[in-house]
Amino acid sequence: MSSDAPLLEVTDLRKCYGDKVVLHDVGLTVHPHDVICLIGSSGSGKSTLLRCLNLLEDVDDGVIRFEGREISDPRVDRREVRSRMGMVFQAYNLFPHLTVLDNCTLAPRRVHGVPKAEAEQRAHDLLARFGLADQADKHPDRMSGGQQQRAALVRALCTQPTLLLLDEITAALDPELVGEVLTIVRDLAEQGTTMILATHEMGFAREVATTVCFLDEGRILEHGVPAEIFSSPREDRTRQFLARVLG
Amino acid sequence: MSSTPDTWRPSDRELERQAVRRSQRRRSILISTTATVLVFGALVLGTVTSPGWPNVKATFFSWDDAQAAFPAIWHAFWRYNVVLFMVGEVLILILAMLVALVRQTKAAALLPLRIIAVVYTDLFRGIPTILLVFMLAFGMPALQLQGVTNSLFFWGLTALVLSYGAYVAEVLRSGIESIHPSQLASADALGLSRFQAMRYVVVPQGVRRVVPPLLNDFISLQKDTALVGAAGLFDALFAARDYANFNFNFTPYVVVALYFIVLTIPLARLTDYLQHRAMERERQGAR
Repeated sequence: MSSDAPLLEVTDLRKCYGDKVVLHDVGLTVHPHDVICLIGSSGSGKSTLLRCLNLLEDVDDGVIRFEGREISDPRVDRREVRSRMGMVFQAYNLFPHLTVLDNCTLAPRRVHGVPKAEAEQRAHDLLARFGLADQADKHPDRMSGGQQQRAALVRALCTQPTLLLLDEITAALDPELVGEVLTIVRDLAEQGTTMILATHEMGFAREVATTVCFLDEGRILEHGVPAEIFSSPREDRTRQFLARVLG
Repeated sequence: MSSTPDTWRPSDRELERQAVRRSQRRRSILISTTATVLVFGALVLGTVTSPGWPNVKATFFSWDDAQAAFPAIWHAFWRYNVVLFMVGEVLILILAMLVALVRQTKAAALLPLRIIAVVYTDLFRGIPTILLVFMLAFGMPALQLQGVTNSLFFWGLTALVLSYGAYVAEVLRSGIESIHPSQLASADALGLSRFQAMRYVVVPQGVRRVVPPLLNDFISLQKDTALVGAAGLFDALFAARDYANFNFNFTPYVVVALYFIVLTIPLARLTDYLQHRAMERERQGAR
């Protein structure tokens, strides 16, 4: 872990839906260039945590600091925060009425005020890098799931976010297509992109993560470097979970 | 493993945050109230202080005339306008759904039906409703056909149904077409027939999507029942006109307007509520 000031710092985060507490006392520190993998069974709170970080959900307690500033304050301009955080969803969430290129240039042009030519150049470059050069003028529905998810990644990257949140981005893809998406995420990690990803891909987490967090019933039960978590987990729950998913 | 007791107490930061949220809420309530009072105050003040207001007040907002005209309008309103649109809405929905479904068919043998459906919508959407009312209400009796009614009510209703059926058919069709083909594919995959796929999968979703514009058309229809009055049916507007012409006072028109408004608002709120409930049940993240 680098010694820079943390990019994101979460302390004692709590989130409830009605009476159900979905996140208890969650703490997390993310430094620049970290790749944090959130693992745990469905319903353990991985997605909710990511949604809280992107201010899609109001937290019920605790503090989130991003780039040195508390963003869990109600007075914070959410759009301004989100303009520096990218998010990719499990179901891609591309806009079906726009071409891939227009999906990718919408936020840069409308939110960041990038001139059209420049935004398109940037989008084309990224699309080409991710093997989508010939897909730019297609509409999302005409592409495969893997292509759509890669396009969604490009869309998130086009705004040059300082932090990328990936919410089980391979969960809706068939195994054959998982690889093409994960390759891209691996490349991004190697280039030093700071990421938090919720994932079920344990092999990928072990290989790419700088830190793995195991969530169970809304708590981060255990966290550490992948070697430690996967080889000698401290908690029984972690061991059970890993035994189940690694088979 | 929900054995750990929840000993959570809100932190100081959270309490502070809640206070900020409360004050933000108070502030927005204050702003909205002030803005509302200012805007409506200005409107009322502008009207009441206008030079002709005493005159307008006497001819449009006379309480005595409102009371005097009320029973006749009440009677005509329930007897004709309400019956017209209650019966009309049912017939329109049936007709429009048939037309919309016919336009979705693919079978070769049904081409003539598709042509009829297209010509019908093009034609009847294009004719001003009041012309259609006149043509049917005056034209049909003039044909002196054996066994065909001369009832003004019947032909007025028919004109409204034909006119609105064409509009509503297009609204329904747009709803049906907005459903993603993958839905039809999964219905096909389950072995449903084309009709069953429409009946159980596509149409229910499509209709829900177009409830607001459907309501729009129905409110419009409720108001257009007054057009039958133009052809001579003694409906609410006719009753008001009768009183107004006789007493040189226009208050009954305002009374009729209130009738129509009072009728549409509960319907609008009800559909809003139904839409909202369906949304909450089906969609995560809907607010």
